[in-house]
Amino acid sequence: MADAALFEFLHTEMVAELWAHHSDPGPGGQKMSLSVLEGMGFRVGQALGERLPQETLAFREELDVLKFLCKDLWVAVFQKQMDSLRTNHQGTYVLQDNSFPLLIRMAAGLQYLEEAPKFLAFTCGLLRGALSTLGIKSLVTASVASLPTCKFQVVIQKT
Amino acid sequence: MSRQANRGTESKKMSSELFTLTYGALVTQLCKDYENDEDVNKQLDKMGYNIGVRLIEDFLARSNVGRCHDFRETADVIAKVAFKMYLGITPSITNWSPAGDEFSLILENNPLVDFVELPDNHSSLIYSNLLCGVLRGALEMVQMAVEARFVQDTLKGDGVTEIRMRFIRRIEDNLPAGEE
Repeated sequence: MADAALFEFLHTEMVAELWAHHSDPGPGGQKMSLSVLEGMGFRVGQALGERLPQETLAFREELDVLKFLCKDLWVAVFQKQMDSLRTNHQGTYVLQDNSFPLLIRMAAGLQYLEEAPKFLAFTCGLLRGALSTLGIKSLVTASVASLPTCKFQVVIQKT
Repeated sequence: MSRQANRGTESKKMSSELFTLTYGALVTQLCKDYENDEDVNKQLDKMGYNIGVRLIEDFLARSNVGRCHDFRETADVIAKVAFKMYLGITPSITNWSPAGDEFSLILENNPLVDFVELPDNHSSLIYSNLLCGVLRGALEMVQMAVEARFVQDTLKGDGVTEIRMRFIRRIEDNLPAGEE
C-alpha cells in the first residue's frame, strides 16, 4: 500500500513538470496546463469511483454523494475530512477545506495566491471524476482567498 | 456499526490505489507530451530525481535510521525500511558483485503496475523509471552517487522486476574555498 506522502510528492512534481512543458507565457498556455492537470485528476477520480462496491453507490440523494466526497473520498486522499459543506439545495455545493494539504507546504496568507490554482486543478478533476462515476455530471472549480484555505465549488449539470 | 466499518475499508482501498492511479495518469500524459519512449523514460527519471532529493528528508525524519557505514547497509535500509515505508513491499537483495559495489533489488510485485499493460507501440518504455530517479536523488543527498536501472520488468513479460543498483562514488562535501 503506497504511503500518503508519495502522492503529495508526486503531485508537486507533476505540477512543476506539466507547467513547464505546457505553458507558453500567455494566458492561453496557463489554461492549457490547468486543463491537462484537471483532466488527469478526472481520470483518477473516475477510476477511484469505479473501484467502489455497488452497496456504497446506493446513495439516496445527491447530498449523500457530496457528503461521501467530503468524508470518505477526502479522508482517503488527504487523510482528513472536508471542513464544511454548504449548498443552496439547487445543485450548487461549496466544499471548504481550511488547511488543504496540497497548499500547506506553501507560506500561509497571500504570498502564493497566484500559484495556488496550479495546485488545485488536479483535485478539481478528481472530484469531477468521482462524481461522474457516481452518475453525476458536474463542473468543479476552486478558489483561494488566503492559503491554505480553499473552496471547491461543485455545480451539478442537469442533462 | 457495519456502515462505519465499510467506510473505513473503502477509504483505505482508495488511498492505496491513489498513488498507482495517479502515476498511471502521469505516464499516460507524458506519452502524449513526448514523441518517443526514450524521452518519457528520461522525464520519469528526472522527475523521480526531484522527488528523491526531497523524499530523503521525509524518510530520515520518519525512519530514524542512522548513517550507513557501507553499501551493504545501504541496500538493507533501502529494501527493508524505505520500500516498506513508502510502497508497502520488501524487495529481496541479491546478486552482489564481488567488489560489493553492485546489487539487485528483486520485486516480486511492483505496486506501480497494478492494472497496467504496456501497449505494443511502447516497448521501450520503462514504465516505473520514476523509481530509479527517486533512488538516485535520495542517495545523492546522503553523499552517494549511484546508478539505478531496471534489468527485468514484469510488464515486459519477465517473471520478476529487478532493479540493479551500482555504487559509483562517494560525494565529498564541498568545503568553501580557503577552508581545509
